[in-house]
Amino acid sequence: MNLSTDFNWRKRKRFDIVFRFVCAAATVCAVAALFLVLANVVIDGAPHLTLQFLASGLSHRPGEAGILPALIGSVYVVGLAVLIAAPVGVGAAIYMEELSGRRTRLRRYLRILTANLAGVPSIVYGLVGLALFVRWFSLGQSVLAGALTLCIVILPMIVVVTEEALRSTPPTYREASAGLGADSWQTVRLQVLPVAWRGIVTGLILSIARATGETAPLIMVGSAYYVTGSPGGLLDRYTVLPMQIYNWASDARPEFHAAAAAATLVLLTFLLSLNAVVLMLRNRARSST
Amino acid sequence: MAIRTSERDPGQRFALRLRQSSARSLTLLCACSLLALTLAVLAVLTSQSAPFFSAVPLKDFLLGTEWRPTLTGGQFGVLPLVAGSVTIMIGSGMIALPLGVLSAIFLNEFAGAKLRSALKLPLELLAAIPAVVYGYIGLFYVTPMLRHVSKAFQASNATSAAIVVGLMILPLVSSLCEDAIHAVPRALREGGYALGLTKAEVTSKLVLPSAYSGIAASFVLALARALGETMAVTLAAGSTPLLAFAPQKGMATMTSYIVTTSEGEAASSSARFASVFAVGITLFALTLAMNLLAVRLVDRFRRRYL
Repeated sequence: MNLSTDFNWRKRKRFDIVFRFVCAAATVCAVAALFLVLANVVIDGAPHLTLQFLASGLSHRPGEAGILPALIGSVYVVGLAVLIAAPVGVGAAIYMEELSGRRTRLRRYLRILTANLAGVPSIVYGLVGLALFVRWFSLGQSVLAGALTLCIVILPMIVVVTEEALRSTPPTYREASAGLGADSWQTVRLQVLPVAWRGIVTGLILSIARATGETAPLIMVGSAYYVTGSPGGLLDRYTVLPMQIYNWASDARPEFHAAAAAATLVLLTFLLSLNAVVLMLRNRARSST
Repeated sequence: MAIRTSERDPGQRFALRLRQSSARSLTLLCACSLLALTLAVLAVLTSQSAPFFSAVPLKDFLLGTEWRPTLTGGQFGVLPLVAGSVTIMIGSGMIALPLGVLSAIFLNEFAGAKLRSALKLPLELLAAIPAVVYGYIGLFYVTPMLRHVSKAFQASNATSAAIVVGLMILPLVSSLCEDAIHAVPRALREGGYALGLTKAEVTSKLVLPSAYSGIAASFVLALARALGETMAVTLAAGSTPLLAFAPQKGMATMTSYIVTTSEGEAASSSARFASVFAVGITLFALTLAMNLLAVRLVDRFRRRYL
């Protein structure tokens, strides 16, 4: 006791309590922010969210406006983007982690490239898509141009998460496999991928979520302001869900703001359920090891 | 299995070798796409902004204080756009950095395992909400709240953009800080307790200084993300170029200029359109510099503890 008073115990104890309180308050603030955001969207959007809203097309009359073309457009563009980006990204990660052998310098350069590409703002990829796909390849403002643009937005992310999944496979698996005389591709196919697939799928689901919410690059490559029909082919014009939210939210007429909230609700429901799937996969992975 | 193949005929062995080398070259091809993408980004930004820079001197672009593009010419000083971006970046940092570090400390040092996993989930979900939704929230909830406090706030203002972007980058800060704090060796903490330090003292005087470079890296990465953020800023802060520190007013950023200008103008080839790429290369250079700095900081942190 004597000792503690020497060191100004009371003051230190007070600092300890205040510090704990501040840390806890910060965490509560952050979590409360999420619930505030969600609650606001639900309160505003839920009344407007009818079956008719989901099943009808765009309209200049706010009461009749719906999101069907945007939903179909999102599915087209995001699906195509992930179909292109996933094999390329996973392949690149497999090369960097497993098959590059003794080419350590190449591996290091590729890693630096990936890290920097992942940090490039998505709007810059929008500029690239605009110059490259829309104009140079003259794909115009089509589903294909949008999908290719989203594809380069999510490619670095897919590489990063796949690399992480591969890296978390225990090295003893590889050593044992090599010890039995397997070459590196056999090791990847028979030992590493069966363990790492869950992590890879998790990463791909997250990339779907990212691509679905991405707006800026698609505005750049001309996701249309007003499309009444749903896209049929790869070269048709299209609109996507976040694009509709942006248009309705920036509309001067307040009647459209409820439509924006309802569309947001649909988008968030989809994204949060993707995240729930990811969490489930992660928890199962944790309990199985 | 692999042992048995070596006893088999040379045809089998050839097939195996073929598969190995084709897998290797195929995945190498995939990896080369990263190189191609990097080159494409650089080539597009430089070649498309070249006509702009041949018309507008670099000095006028970088140091000009007025951004007023017209269809034929106008003033192209990028400073107001950079100022808008930086204002919102700093504002969002003022929210996300302290909240992020403090919540990382709370989750790592104070919360039990159960509370920790219960709180981590909503924190991570903040990152799952797309930017356009944050823009919507900024425009329709944060701004009215601010205007309730003071009528000085305009319908589009930098403050509401900074608040929502702060929320957006918060999970990035907190999860990276958590990793950094978690990597600090246990022995360091136990040494502190053995000397009779309180938990707050151990955390603030031992753990945080040790995790310094990791925390700094998370700050830089998060701020780079805020700098490149587009939709939330475009919706909440508007698109009026303004070179002044006026967080109650709307201001254009580099990103919002790019997106609002190219919206619906994808086919044109005016001077205004070329300026989009000039602003794009500026943004690219700034975020690249920040990311490289973050990589260096992470490297330093790794060398120390991992």
